[in-house]
Amino acid sequence: MDFLRPASWEEALAAKAEHPAAVPIAGGTDVMVEINFGHRRPDHLLDLNRIGELAEWESGADSVRLGASVPYAAIMENLRAELPGLALASHTVASPQIRNRGGVGGNLGTASPAGDAHPALLAAGAEVEAESAARGSRRIPIDDFYTGVKRNALAPDELIRAVHIKKADGPQQYSKVGTRNAMVIAVCAFGLALHPATRTVRTGIGSAAPTPVRAKTAEEFLNAALEEDGLWDNGETITPSVAQRFADLCAAACNPIDDVRGTAGYRRRAVGVMARRTLTWTWESYRGTRRTLKGAA
Amino acid sequence: MRVSLTVNGRPQEADDVWEGESLLYVLRERLGLPGSKNACEQGECGSCTVRLDGVPVCACLVAAGQAEGRDVVTVEGLADHARQRAEGGGTRGTGGSETGTPLRDAQRWKAEGGDSRTGEGTELSPIQQAFLEAGAVQCGFCTPGLLVMADELLERNPNPADADIREALCGNLCRCTGYEKIMDAVRLAASR
Repeated sequence: MDFLRPASWEEALAAKAEHPAAVPIAGGTDVMVEINFGHRRPDHLLDLNRIGELAEWESGADSVRLGASVPYAAIMENLRAELPGLALASHTVASPQIRNRGGVGGNLGTASPAGDAHPALLAAGAEVEAESAARGSRRIPIDDFYTGVKRNALAPDELIRAVHIKKADGPQQYSKVGTRNAMVIAVCAFGLALHPATRTVRTGIGSAAPTPVRAKTAEEFLNAALEEDGLWDNGETITPSVAQRFADLCAAACNPIDDVRGTAGYRRRAVGVMARRTLTWTWESYRGTRRTLKGAA
Repeated sequence: MRVSLTVNGRPQEADDVWEGESLLYVLRERLGLPGSKNACEQGECGSCTVRLDGVPVCACLVAAGQAEGRDVVTVEGLADHARQRAEGGGTRGTGGSETGTPLRDAQRWKAEGGDSRTGEGTELSPIQQAFLEAGAVQCGFCTPGLLVMADELLERNPNPADADIREALCGNLCRCTGYEKIMDAVRLAASR
């Protein structure tokens, strides 16, 4: 095994071009487990820790450019206002030790359906900035990124440089089911973001299908229901029947399996419950913000 | 490959390191520092927790090569680390000969020179002393990781609420104590 330690992004791309099978390692929270257990013996490990820019973020007008290796701990601490859904998701990742090392780039690279960041990225709206020495940089919409169980849209010579995540324009929530509060792989997870600017709702479901997915039919139903009743303007509560229909459609968007963490039936049921709860939490928060704004005016 | 790093304030070198090896293996098997424990090897138990450039991490998930040129504090250097912090001299090792814990001392570290049950006569960090006094140690396997983690918590937050302690230690599993004595120990250290 060779240990490649590029000192710059350009060197990293060159190394990946020369050794497309090289396994990138940043926080090591996925890769080292596989190596420690002998499940993986790559010919080359490509260490990204020396590339300082990967641990940096930049807040633009509409989005945050999050370096691939920014640890979850930094997201929780610094980006709660801009990326509330991802900050909540980050807080559910494993333990402080893991959150100090792991980042969103690794979650995307591994592309496990149970990765904690995915539902938040899907709900907020994001693009993955991937780059290769041969073809330069490209942006992959998050909806096109996950292509199968632990498979993604990256080419073998590409590396993830950053993720561009839409800044929140409304309340966001994240919910995860596990056997305890820390150190659990999600049985299933759900992210929801209200986008008052476009009068849309986006969702993300984790660990309940071969890939992280959005509940698009549920989103369309809810967008139409909110529009029809003028709820974005009048700030009324969402009726229980609308919330339940939304929950049912979210559950129907799942395509889960039975495994050691839970059954398919349980996952469907739990996703529906999380969908209803996160919708209620975010909508009540949106109504509260509206009231405050009206009160101030 | 060769890995050069600072461990407990002193420069160290490990030779013949396999490229897929973890920092934990380097510490335990190459440098002879068995304080950091090897249990789950997947970041779930926290018993290998060390400080990497000041940040608490699971040493089993850091590739040896990633530690090149970096600063590591293990439980063997915790007393010295805490003493330097208390003296206001900063906590980052300089690699100089006056500071830090020599490898030989660290390898031989045990609570001797006094009563091993009270820690008397041995240099301990405040958190180690508190663990002894509160009876927060049973089999002791999880203790090094908990000590490193709890010490870092108190460095950041000298007056943690119970929820802060639970949050900070949620990645450290203890199968003996039921955690209550550990909570007591951290509260005790904070109260001093």
